[in-house]
Amino acid sequence: MSTSENILTEELLSGPDIATTVRRLAYEILETCRDDKPAFVGIYTRGVTLAKRVAAVLKEDGHDFEIGTIDISLYRDDLDNLGATMPKLESSGVPFALEGTRVILFDEVIFTGRTIRAALDGLMDYGRPSKIELAVLADRGHRELPIQPDYVGTKIETTRDQYVKVRFEEDDDQEGVFLITKNSETDS
Amino acid sequence: MSKKDDEPIPPSKKDLLDIASLSVEEIEYLLKSAGPFKELFKRSIKKVPALRGKSVLNLFYEPSTRTSSSFEVAAKRMSADVTNLSVSQSSVVKGESVLDTVDTLQAMKTDYIVIRHKAAGIPNLLANHTRASILNAGDGFHAHPTQALLDAFTFREVIPESRGKRIVIVGDILHSRVARSTSTIFNKLGVEVAVLGPGPLIPPGRNDFIKRLSSWEDVFDWKPDAVYLLRVQMERQDEQFFPSLTEYHKVYGLTSERFKTLASEGTYLMHPGPVNRGVEIVDEAMLYEKSLINQQVENGIAVRMAALYWLKPGTEEK
Repeated sequence: MSTSENILTEELLSGPDIATTVRRLAYEILETCRDDKPAFVGIYTRGVTLAKRVAAVLKEDGHDFEIGTIDISLYRDDLDNLGATMPKLESSGVPFALEGTRVILFDEVIFTGRTIRAALDGLMDYGRPSKIELAVLADRGHRELPIQPDYVGTKIETTRDQYVKVRFEEDDDQEGVFLITKNSETDS
Repeated sequence: MSKKDDEPIPPSKKDLLDIASLSVEEIEYLLKSAGPFKELFKRSIKKVPALRGKSVLNLFYEPSTRTSSSFEVAAKRMSADVTNLSVSQSSVVKGESVLDTVDTLQAMKTDYIVIRHKAAGIPNLLANHTRASILNAGDGFHAHPTQALLDAFTFREVIPESRGKRIVIVGDILHSRVARSTSTIFNKLGVEVAVLGPGPLIPPGRNDFIKRLSSWEDVFDWKPDAVYLLRVQMERQDEQFFPSLTEYHKVYGLTSERFKTLASEGTYLMHPGPVNRGVEIVDEAMLYEKSLINQQVENGIAVRMAALYWLKPGTEEK
């Protein structure tokens, strides 16, 4: 019996599509900011980039937002099952008081919701925000926890075993959102 | 969750026994991870749940307050359950062997064992005998790897471009596992190492990378970036390697006068603690603004957290 595997990569959003989506996400957030200005917190690695891009769009219009970063590695619920290599740690930095602050958390993709659960726990060890909301570039479904985003760039229909890959110039020297499908064909 | 894989992360090891058996990549990884752990100390809640439900046993066959409490704080900040066992309270005084003790503790499903023992090699022996991860907290004259990691981390904090920089270790090099591990780590990281100490206490022949200096004048001529004073181990002085503590202070100690020179050069000062004031170090040097001694203590917790994070116990026995 041999197993052959071919991997299909489909581009869902191009570089310009991402720019449009980020812009829309930014203005959607701005509309909620009249009375209660939030601070942004990005989840390493690409959630940080997303938060910075949204803040950059709003800066053009003269709105300044503070940006913090959070690394969720130490809060993961699967540290025991990761095999031989532990995740690389980054320094989390929340350069503003969280106490009583409205926070918008950023991640590039929401999938099972477990990353967000970890980020919520991590964030609340810094203080007690008045409110935490969630913004994502892409929602690909298949939640395993009761966690939903408040601001969504794009919704993507996926099957459980597909993989959504977001690539940002700043992190990857490549720009785009891709859907990866692994077709395992078994022939006997 | 996708993460950028820019630098390969070295696969986890089961035990941390000495510096010599770590690769430069492994050392760099541990030092790099200690940074994020230190960041946590600024938060009101300094704890993370990474080792929730895991158990850490502190097994100290030699007295220690600093190292054992540092490991205890590190383990607790990782949310592990910590048990402290020091020799005088245990059945070791009744003649139980180390391996028997560990068998008993194994039955309690300990995941990490931090051990200090006066005999070199005991941690290695245990490592081969148990699924728990062994962290060597000092064995005889052999090794003290977490001390070396915290020393390197502290040095790098003040001198980020450390390659080619210089450190002098002063004191009883022969009887010092700190000197052994710390000189090894600095050498691996490309920092030049020299030693100064009483003749009989400098090991002959070995460690060719270490430069031998014969006086404090030599030390200042060599222009080190940091001077690392070892503790004079009072408990080992029954062997009489130098005439008296006063004599030691005069010849090898950081005296008032030498301290003035050190301060005028802006040289950093390190010491593994606890300090014998008036022996290896003069009182006033304790207030020196370029003393890293307190930073070493704080960093000790961070590097020990990084070590606990990286090590992986073996799989459960049937």
